[in-house]
Amino acid sequence: MIGYIIRRALQSLIVIIGVTIITFILLHMLPGNPVRAILGPKASPADVASLTKQLGLNKPLPFQYLLWLWNLAHLDLGYSYKQTASVDTLLAARLPNTLLLVGSSTVLAILLAVPLGVMQAVRRNKPDDYTLTGLAFIFYSMPTFWLGLLLIILFSATLNWFPPEPQASLGLFQQLNALILPVATLTLVTLALFSRYMRSSMLENLVQDYVRTARAKGVSNRRVLFRHVLRNALIPVLTLVGLSIPGIAAGAVVTETVFNFPGMGYLFFLAAENDDFPVLLGVTVVIAVATVIGSLVADILYAVADPRIRYV
Amino acid sequence: MSLGLNTGLVDIPSETATSPEGGEAYQSGSTLKMILMVFTENKLAVIGVALILFFILFSFVGPVIYHTQQVFTNPNVKDQGPSLQHLLGTDDVGFDNLGRLMLGGQTSLEVGIAAAVLAVCIGVIWGATAGLIGGFVDAVMMRIVDSMLAIPFLLLLILLGAIFSTSVLELIIAIAFVAWLGPARLVRGETLSLRVREYVQAVRVMGGSQRRVLLRHIIPNSIGVVVVNATFQVADAIIAVATLSFLGFGIAPPATNWGLELSNGTTYVFAGYWWLIYPAGVCIVLTVMAFNFVGDALRDSLEVRLQKR
Repeated sequence: MIGYIIRRALQSLIVIIGVTIITFILLHMLPGNPVRAILGPKASPADVASLTKQLGLNKPLPFQYLLWLWNLAHLDLGYSYKQTASVDTLLAARLPNTLLLVGSSTVLAILLAVPLGVMQAVRRNKPDDYTLTGLAFIFYSMPTFWLGLLLIILFSATLNWFPPEPQASLGLFQQLNALILPVATLTLVTLALFSRYMRSSMLENLVQDYVRTARAKGVSNRRVLFRHVLRNALIPVLTLVGLSIPGIAAGAVVTETVFNFPGMGYLFFLAAENDDFPVLLGVTVVIAVATVIGSLVADILYAVADPRIRYV
Repeated sequence: MSLGLNTGLVDIPSETATSPEGGEAYQSGSTLKMILMVFTENKLAVIGVALILFFILFSFVGPVIYHTQQVFTNPNVKDQGPSLQHLLGTDDVGFDNLGRLMLGGQTSLEVGIAAAVLAVCIGVIWGATAGLIGGFVDAVMMRIVDSMLAIPFLLLLILLGAIFSTSVLELIIAIAFVAWLGPARLVRGETLSLRVREYVQAVRVMGGSQRRVLLRHIIPNSIGVVVVNATFQVADAIIAVATLSFLGFGIAPPATNWGLELSNGTTYVFAGYWWLIYPAGVCIVLTVMAFNFVGDALRDSLEVRLQKR
């Protein structure tokens, strides 16, 4: 077991280094010159040359990469080209907001998906199962930004219940009502995936031999469902949560952009519009590290929760 | 799954029994027929196929019947509501909205399907190669896949969107470049389980080359999972195209797709121009849902086939 964890952790480390290489190469394929982007079109050639040198952009690419990696190891992600702040500061200001958004929607999605999935599996092929499956299909097939847009139309433009975006001057905790629509958007999208998964996981377990054995022993229906089937059905869902981090992060980018939500996703979007390399690199690396750790934890939890898994 | 199994299917001989070459010939009539049977029994699958056909006709044949002018802007008729001349109104520069939807549908479907096919082709070759060679090569190839998978699909696309994605072709390549990872993993898994089968070993013993094993056995036998995956890829790609356009990294006007239509509509949320906001969204949802229905049904019918193996 320990050996398995160490091996998986080493593998994850390699993957993280792989991510940084890929992102770095991609960003240096971007058109547009960051020096020009900072100084503007009217800058003199001398200024351009000196800033290029100052940013280390005249050095060979592998050297630039190693330098950046060295700084990353010291948690120094460099300075934004566009905003007068270090990437660290920008990330630190937005990370809690994104965690709030992503965390609350993921927790809400799980809390809703488990009972919904159980109910659908128990009442399989009845009208309420069909309705919920249909709804899950619709939300699953809906572009996140359009869902956000519809919620804004209904709750902001028509009913005037919630603001369409948080006010920039206030902290998020002072305007919790501005959180409701973004959280609802991300929850619905995530819930659609989780509940479909939960339903099929329950159905798969309901036909297992151990269920028949339990029933034959005279165990009550409720006990079979919650003590036996649900516990086994939750195992794959547990890992699904770990594995959906990249999906939820992508959802957060769109959601934050739709609602002008001051999080990492919106920061990424703005940085992509402005060729702000260091910020793009920073956000990508943070999300990738979270993803890799998420799937590592999911794998380990899976091995712990399910003794049938052989960790070789 | 086994509960839903139709009893009539039990007597159909499995493919390994019918073809002496083992899994080489996947097209044995009975298997295909069985898949088709299970597939058509699924109502959602039939609805899905019908919806896909409808949107293909709508986008590609529609403009022949419903003539609109989609080249020059016409500010005189901008932002009009639905009327007899313009069944779904006009947009902010005076294009007929229904005609615009058809044009957008062409791009969305073309990019979605082409990107999925390209992604799956790359994924199959990559995954099968890695699985077949194994060892160090496999480890390196799969760590590359893992690394790219750790960056969310959309973030990678936005990065790529800033590099490519001014034309339809570039958009297809960009999406395929990100989407091949899933099929690569899937096919590698299939390959690992297939390459130890007796018939593959038999080919080896008879002196069959690695290429023969790959092309005649591994790929044909994993085609099932691949087709299922490709169907979902189309759905994902259509959403990806729309999302990229919405974020402003997609195709430039006057070319359009459903996502770009929606992103224009965003400006009019508070103006109440519903014809610019709902139709394009409904098109996306229905098309994506249709591909998801078909994918689910294909997977279910494939599972029935696998149980027979």
